[in-house]
Amino acid sequence: MSVDGAAQSDGEVLLRVTDVKKHFPVQSAAFFRRSHDFVHAVDGVSLELRRGETLGLVGETGCGKSTLARCIMRLYDITDGTVEFEGRDITKLSTRSMRPIRRDMQMIFQDPYGSLNPRRRVGSIIGDPFAIHGLADGKSRKSKVQEVMELVGLNPEHYNRFPAEFSGGQRQRIGVARALALRPKLIVCDEPVSALDVSIQAQIINLLSDLQEELDLTYIFIAHDLSVVRHVSDRVAVMYLGKVAELGEVESVYGHARHPYTSALLSAVPLPDPERAKERERIILVGDVPSPVAPPSGCRFHPRCPKAKDLCVHEDPALVPRLDDPPGHVAACHFPVADGENIADSTPEIGIEERIVEEGLVGNV
Amino acid sequence: MALLEVNDLQVSFSTPDGVLKAVRGLSFSVDEGKTLGIVGESGSGKSVATQTIMGLTQGARISGEALFEGHDLLQMSTHQLQHIRGAQVGMIFQDPLSSLHPYYRVGWQLIEMIRAHDKSVGKHKARDRAVELLRLVGIPQPDRRVDDFPHQFSGGMRQRAMIAMAMALNPKLVIADEPTTALDVTVQAQVLAVMKRLQEEFGTAIIMITHDLGVIADVADDVVVMYAGKAMETGDRSTIFYRHHNPYTEGLLLSLPAYGDDRERLHPISGQPPSLITLPAGCPFRPRCPYAFDKCVEEPPLFDIGRAGDHQSACWLPTDMRKREKVRRDTLGKAAEVVAVDTSEV
Repeated sequence: MSVDGAAQSDGEVLLRVTDVKKHFPVQSAAFFRRSHDFVHAVDGVSLELRRGETLGLVGETGCGKSTLARCIMRLYDITDGTVEFEGRDITKLSTRSMRPIRRDMQMIFQDPYGSLNPRRRVGSIIGDPFAIHGLADGKSRKSKVQEVMELVGLNPEHYNRFPAEFSGGQRQRIGVARALALRPKLIVCDEPVSALDVSIQAQIINLLSDLQEELDLTYIFIAHDLSVVRHVSDRVAVMYLGKVAELGEVESVYGHARHPYTSALLSAVPLPDPERAKERERIILVGDVPSPVAPPSGCRFHPRCPKAKDLCVHEDPALVPRLDDPPGHVAACHFPVADGENIADSTPEIGIEERIVEEGLVGNV
Repeated sequence: MALLEVNDLQVSFSTPDGVLKAVRGLSFSVDEGKTLGIVGESGSGKSVATQTIMGLTQGARISGEALFEGHDLLQMSTHQLQHIRGAQVGMIFQDPLSSLHPYYRVGWQLIEMIRAHDKSVGKHKARDRAVELLRLVGIPQPDRRVDDFPHQFSGGMRQRAMIAMAMALNPKLVIADEPTTALDVTVQAQVLAVMKRLQEEFGTAIIMITHDLGVIADVADDVVVMYAGKAMETGDRSTIFYRHHNPYTEGLLLSLPAYGDDRERLHPISGQPPSLITLPAGCPFRPRCPYAFDKCVEEPPLFDIGRAGDHQSACWLPTDMRKREKVRRDTLGKAAEVVAVDTSEV
């Protein structure tokens, strides 16, 4: 896959990801498997991120969205490809030379319970970034921490409390405060609201969008909740089995999904509106996501795709604009879904059931 | 007669910090072949209520009654309950991995379940039934998969195996506690479709407990909205979504990033859910409610909105929907226009 898949940039590019791959060796699963297998968690992803925008990353469990985020953050060493941040290739930088760059890229995690050390006070958790980078000490650190606490809507007087004294939503605010402490340019939000109750989710989403406006932040927003992603993102990338299936402006992708996988994903979103839920045609995919150890040949979606044809089995489709989409909207599909086309009734022109059975594609994940 | 009728259920636990009132006077009923959705945030008491009915909350102080085909489940001995659980009432839990035993094959667990309730079923017959059940819930190659261990199943398949287990003895009622929360949307759609199909085929009643209003909109016939151990509003599905009366229901719906809406700001419910040990006096939602007024320091009963029994709401706002609508517009102004349109259609 080449870079021309990524959208034409009109803003300044903050981050450029080129053909990134991350393969994990399968360890000691030597029951009946060869020992040199790899999980192809991310398998050739190219993206561009412009300053000030929010890029949503969606896909099912195991599609590689979190792995990609961790590759971008250099929490993992990538197997192949490059990550450029502000025009500088950070792929091969040493831990020491990465450190100043880490000030500019921070992460917010999913679980507000697991991501905060329960035995440390909130003030010292949020003060960590200042300590690590040697930026502020003693009184000045305390005042800076309280400033950032105020920014995210926490009471600065709670400086000396422990995480257990806060509710889930407030804990997530602590996570946000820690990420914001050094005023980074890029924040990767990995499922920041999925562990929260609905009414609290909205509070955190509003907070993130206020902060973006105020501090000119760029977000990568990972979530499996497609309506949340639609709400927060400017552009969205749909991932399937380690690859980008579709990428483009949010309205373009949600309104004119070209990849059958995107269509299926969108049609599966539970709508909180019984009338519209009844009207819409649901595409129920067969089977589960295949194992990333031995991804299917050709288009990776073909064993579950209602539109699959022989070509899909043999040739991996390029990530390019399909039909008459704008250049920023790209999809990796040989037989893109036309506007108004109902793929719920399509039947694949290859023996899907047999393929699933033959290759044992179901349920070995 | 309703299949299950719960009246004034109260459940509390003693904790070192004081008495925790998890469920405070909950009543609902489920009819044969229908789905009752219970929706609420964490800590609203929705799981505790159903677990209590099945005798799964040990050490709790319980009062009220839960009539299953006329017999009070809360008065039954453990032995009597064992005959009901599984055979008459099946249960599906959120996390299928921790609900299946990792050391035993899926088929073995199904067979065990079948034979525990009916010793006369032979091993081979029980195995055939297990294979048939797995086929019923859409597991490919059930005759081979029946000998797999749970870890060899994917998340969606495990949940389907749980459904197979819950359905094994053709129960009259299935209680599903967040059955799809741990699953991806595509798999969730599969699992909900399986449950719907089985319901149509066998006329099973389902209690669907979830925090996801999208799931409720998809499957529930009737809905109970719970908050702080109480039912805040009850009604059929379209009443709850389009003609809701209670400010909490309204708050829940407004805080969703409405699918298909433009990118305006979300309207979260301010504040946090209350502690169940030190509940605020009066209406539990009062500290977070945009409409709260002086009457709210008294706890409101469930008022009938319109015809008796169809639609109930625990709120002091006018029960007349037109007057209620006026209060909404006066308080929220433009913010609620989207919802206001829906309500005015009625």
